[in-house]
Amino acid sequence: MSGALQDWKSQKKPFAAVVTAPVFWLALFFVAPMTIVWLYSFGQNAGPADIVISGTLDNYKRATEWLYLSIFLKSLAVAALTTLICLIIGFPVAMAITFAAPKWRPWLLLGIMLPFWTNLLIRTYALMALMGTNGYMNKGLGGLWEGASWLRTLVGMQPLEAWTPVQLLYNNFAVVLGLVYVHLPFMVLPLYSALDRLDKSLIEASLDLGAGHFKTFMQIVVPLAAPGIVAGVMITLIPALGAYLTPDLMGGTDSQMIANVIERQFKRANDWPFGAALSFLLIYAMFILIAFQSMRSNKVKEA
Amino acid sequence: MFNRTPIAPLEYTRKLWMRSWVGLTMLFLYAPLIVLMIFSFNDSKRNVVWKGFTLKYYEKALNNDSLVEALVNSLTIAALATIVSLVIGALAAVVLWRFRFPLKGLVEGTMSLPIIVPEICLGVAFLIFFAKVDWPTDLPWPLNLSAITIAHITFCFPFVAMVVRARLASFNKEEEEAAKDLGATEWQAFRDVLLPHIKPALVAGALLAFTLSLDDFVITFFTSGPDTITFPVKVYSMVRFSVTPEVNAASTILILLTVILTFIALKLQGVKGIAETH
Repeated sequence: MSGALQDWKSQKKPFAAVVTAPVFWLALFFVAPMTIVWLYSFGQNAGPADIVISGTLDNYKRATEWLYLSIFLKSLAVAALTTLICLIIGFPVAMAITFAAPKWRPWLLLGIMLPFWTNLLIRTYALMALMGTNGYMNKGLGGLWEGASWLRTLVGMQPLEAWTPVQLLYNNFAVVLGLVYVHLPFMVLPLYSALDRLDKSLIEASLDLGAGHFKTFMQIVVPLAAPGIVAGVMITLIPALGAYLTPDLMGGTDSQMIANVIERQFKRANDWPFGAALSFLLIYAMFILIAFQSMRSNKVKEA
Repeated sequence: MFNRTPIAPLEYTRKLWMRSWVGLTMLFLYAPLIVLMIFSFNDSKRNVVWKGFTLKYYEKALNNDSLVEALVNSLTIAALATIVSLVIGALAAVVLWRFRFPLKGLVEGTMSLPIIVPEICLGVAFLIFFAKVDWPTDLPWPLNLSAITIAHITFCFPFVAMVVRARLASFNKEEEEAAKDLGATEWQAFRDVLLPHIKPALVAGALLAFTLSLDDFVITFFTSGPDTITFPVKVYSMVRFSVTPEVNAASTILILLTVILTFIALKLQGVKGIAETH
């Protein structure tokens, strides 16, 4: 970058020309709606369509009841598990892209990015079709089952009973699988961009000096890719925590995540103030996560 | 494997387990989509057995007025939201890149919030906001889409701003000064020097905004009314009630649209440029 920032006073007209629209839009269509939600979270229902902002903390008190607290914790656990699985699957993929031959690299990247650009609902629906009781996943499992049964007869054991399709959908497993499916590209791309910047001669040096691949990976690659790992984790964890569609379509009655509970307050339960309070608790949770991240990256900068 | 030269220590990608890992991941990512696309041509109501090739579900989908209307609504909203996001996003990027002004940190922080705030919270906020200000819902098309479009612009333009600002960082301010020294006005310098420089970022930002808008379900779900169904909302209700091959056909059309858009983006930007956008 060349040249310093200009002071707005020295160029009032151009400044006004560029600043007005964004600030106006942000104030009217972002800050105002969020402020109304925030105010509603301190309100109560006074009639069927009448909400009084009375400054009550009852909504927040209710949100700390075990029923809602457990859903909050469960959402966090599901999001964390999703992120961990994405990291485990995604890291080798990112490594493979980084070290791929130059002519392959763009195509591998494209392969990861194309699903990223594809409609989320369609992807969820496609996965559901595959996981249904008549879907291919069940057929594959059935094939494995029959194979196992055949192996048992080979060694003279009783064959297994006939395969009955299992319900893969509408449970917590389906929710985690669905979230991993949807968020995997989110994890791979930041990992790749961190690994791509890494000085490869450091890995070579480590290998030359006698460290094994595993040791090199743990002591050289992972620490150097740490910013990418943190970015990938955040970029996966945050949307996974607020996921609505996947638990709604793929989950069962006990797979509700916090976003589904919020939605219910605005549609069926019609308790807007309570829904507003839950929304803001979710936003505060995001802020805490982001604060952790920036604290961490500040530490890295100081070191 | 087909080893022509021995595998060098860093050629991780040539190791068998690494290749299988990548292959399996790609299978995981693509198998559901490919199966969905193949079975949109299947001549059977039940989705799992191949009964022969047919285009009848495409015919059905294209004759389903509410589905086509939803698709037209989605494309209209995406186009409008892209245009406005592009203007506001570019202006926001220029302002943050060029000026020092009071409360700059606050403006910058607030602008990144729509990216961070969970979709569900943003959706809820718009639901309450439009109810509170009594936003008219009985306007003629396309004005009845205004509420959804406004919501989409709010979460799209910060992404555009991000992309444009990254591009502005490589702009040499001396070029602009030179133009002004040679007699260009503020506007001419902007139009003839700055704008051409940020053009690739504008293209990338436009594609990003268009896909984000076309993709959005949650926020639209809260802002749409019975007369303003978008494609994802329509597919959602179809999936909820019953899985029909029609949905497969409609989804295939949208997937192809995405692929085409991605390839246009590639042509204009190169894979690396797009990877950096995210």
